[in-house]
Amino acid sequence: MAYSSSDRIRRATSALMTSLTALCTLLAVSALLIILFYIAWQGVDSISIQFLTDTPRPVGEGGGIGNAILGSLVLLLVSSAIGLPLGICVGIYLSEVGSGRFAGAVRFIVDTLTGIPSIVTGVFVYTILVVPMRHFSALAGGVALALIMIPIVARTTEEMLKLVPHSLREGALALGAPQWRVTMGVVLPAAAPGIATGAMLAIARVSGETAPLLFTAFGSRFFSTSLNEPIASLTVQIYNYAISPYDEWHAQAWAATLVLMTLVLGINIIVRFLTRKRF
Amino acid sequence: MSAVTANQYSSWRRVLSPTGNTGDAVYRVLMLLIALLMVGIVVTMVWALATESMPSIRQFGFSFLKGRTWDPIRGEFGALPFIYGTVASSVIALLISVPFSLGIAIFLVEQAPYYIARPIGFLVELLAAIPSVVYGLWGIFVLAPFLREYVQPPLARVLGWTPLFRGQITGFGLLTGGIILAIMVTPIISAVVRDVLTAVPSSQREAALALGATKWEMIRVVLVNGAPGIAGAVILGLGRALGETMAVTMLIGNRPEISASLFDPSYTIASAIANEFTEATGDLYLSALVELGLILFLVTFIVNGIARVLVWNVTRKTGGVGRAA
Repeated sequence: MAYSSSDRIRRATSALMTSLTALCTLLAVSALLIILFYIAWQGVDSISIQFLTDTPRPVGEGGGIGNAILGSLVLLLVSSAIGLPLGICVGIYLSEVGSGRFAGAVRFIVDTLTGIPSIVTGVFVYTILVVPMRHFSALAGGVALALIMIPIVARTTEEMLKLVPHSLREGALALGAPQWRVTMGVVLPAAAPGIATGAMLAIARVSGETAPLLFTAFGSRFFSTSLNEPIASLTVQIYNYAISPYDEWHAQAWAATLVLMTLVLGINIIVRFLTRKRF
Repeated sequence: MSAVTANQYSSWRRVLSPTGNTGDAVYRVLMLLIALLMVGIVVTMVWALATESMPSIRQFGFSFLKGRTWDPIRGEFGALPFIYGTVASSVIALLISVPFSLGIAIFLVEQAPYYIARPIGFLVELLAAIPSVVYGLWGIFVLAPFLREYVQPPLARVLGWTPLFRGQITGFGLLTGGIILAIMVTPIISAVVRDVLTAVPSSQREAALALGATKWEMIRVVLVNGAPGIAGAVILGLGRALGETMAVTMLIGNRPEISASLFDPSYTIASAIANEFTEATGDLYLSALVELGLILFLVTFIVNGIARVLVWNVTRKTGGVGRAA
C-alpha cells in the first residue's frame, strides 16, 4: 500500500498526539511519586518514639507531635460522630424517602455544600460557635470538619443505596414489612460495604483539612481531649512549622507530614483494595 | 367527636406514610427533618456571612470590590488585590492543568488497555488525596527553590521584555501559586473528563474509524461530542482553584498588590482570610474579612452550579454516573 503525503502527515499527527497524551499521564504519575518519595526521604529521619509521643518544645529542645496526633484523632472522632449519621440519613432521604422537586432541591443543596471552599466553612463555624462560646474549641473544629464530611457521605450513600436492586425492596414490602424496616433491615445492610467505603474516604479527606481548623480548633501546645478547649491537629502543626524560619521545625514538619500521609494514603489504598472487585 | 379526630389523625398520618404505619411516619419525618437541616445549614451560612459582613458592606458598599488599598491600620479595606490574585492564580492553574487533564483523560479512556488504565487512573486520583497543606510544604521547599533556580531566570531572559516576567526572582509569587494549584486541580478535572469521555457512545468512535479517520481524528470527534461536559469539568476545576487555601497561602507571597508580573507576590481571598482572621482587631476589619468570605462563597456557588449543569447534561443523556462531579 502506498500512502499519499497528506496521509503520512495525518498518521504522524495521530502518532504524535497520542504519545503526547501518554506523556501527560506519565508526568502526572511522576509528580505523585516525586512528592511521595520526597516526603518519605525528608520525614523518616525525624521519626522516633519520642517524636510521636512528646509535646512541641522550643527550637533546639526536640519535642514532638504526640498532642497533635491525639488532637487529630479527637477531631476525627467528633466530626465522624456528627457527620457520618447525618450524612447517611441525608443519603437515605435522597434515595429512599424524598421524591420530586424537594428532593431535587436537597440534592442541589448537598452539592452546594460540597463545593463550598473549606475556609468559608471555617468562617461560618467561627461565627456560629466560636463567637458565642467566646473561645476556640475542639467542638467547633469537629463541627467544621463534619460540615465537610456530610455531603461526601450523603452522595456516596445515595449512590450505593440506588445500586441495591429494586426486587429486594419489593420482596421485603411484599412480605408485609413497613418501609422503615425495609430500609434499615434490607437495603442498608445490602449497601453497607459501599457506605463504609464512602465514610472512610470522607474521613481521609477531612483528616487532611487545615483551613477550617485555623480559627475553630486553633491549635494547642498541650495534650488535651476536652471538647471545650482549643486542640492541636497534625495539619495545623505542619502549617505552623512549615512557615517558621527554623530548620529543626521544618524537619519536624516533614516528619509530621509523613505521619499524616501514611494515614491518608493508607485509608485510600485500603479502600481501593477492598472495592477492587466492585468498581 | 373522637371519631373525627381519629379520622383526621389517620389522614394526616397517611400523608406522612402511604402505608399507614406509625413506624414509617416516624422514619419519614425524621429523614425529612434531617434533609431540612441541610437546607437550614446552607441558609444559615448565607445569613451568618451576610450579617457579619454588614458593617463592612454599610461602610464601603460597592467600592469594597473596586478599592485597591487594604490597610487595616487606617481602616481602609478594598478587595480588588485579592480578587485579582484569586482570579489570576486560578487562570494560570487552568492554563497549565487543562491540557494535561485532557491528555490524561484521553490516554486513560481511549488508549490505555484496562489493566493499565485502572492502576494509573488510581495513581492520578491519589494526587487529589494529598492534603493542601502537604502541597504547600512541598511547594516551599521543593517547587519554589526549583522555579527560582531553573525556571524563572530563563523565563526572565527570554520573555523579560513583556511585563509578565519582570521583577525580583524569589520563587514565591503568582506563578508558583498558580503552578501548585495546577497540580492540585489536574486530578479533579481529569477525573470528570474521564467520566464525560466514557459517556460518549462508542458508535461515534466506530463511525469515525469506519470513515477512515486516524486515531487522533477519532479522538477529536469524541472530544467535540463531550465538549459541554469538558467545559463543565474545567469550570469545576476553576471552582476548586478559586477556593483553595493552604497551598496557595504558603506560596503566593501574600502581599495585597496588583502587579502585572507573574514573579511578584500576590494575595488571594482565601489566603487573606486564613492569614488575617485570627489577627483581625476591630469589628470593621473582621467584617471586611467575612465579606471576602461571602464573596468567595457566592462566586464558587455560581461557578459550581454552572459546572454541575454542564457535566450532568452530558453524563445523564448516556447513562453515565458523573461520580466525580
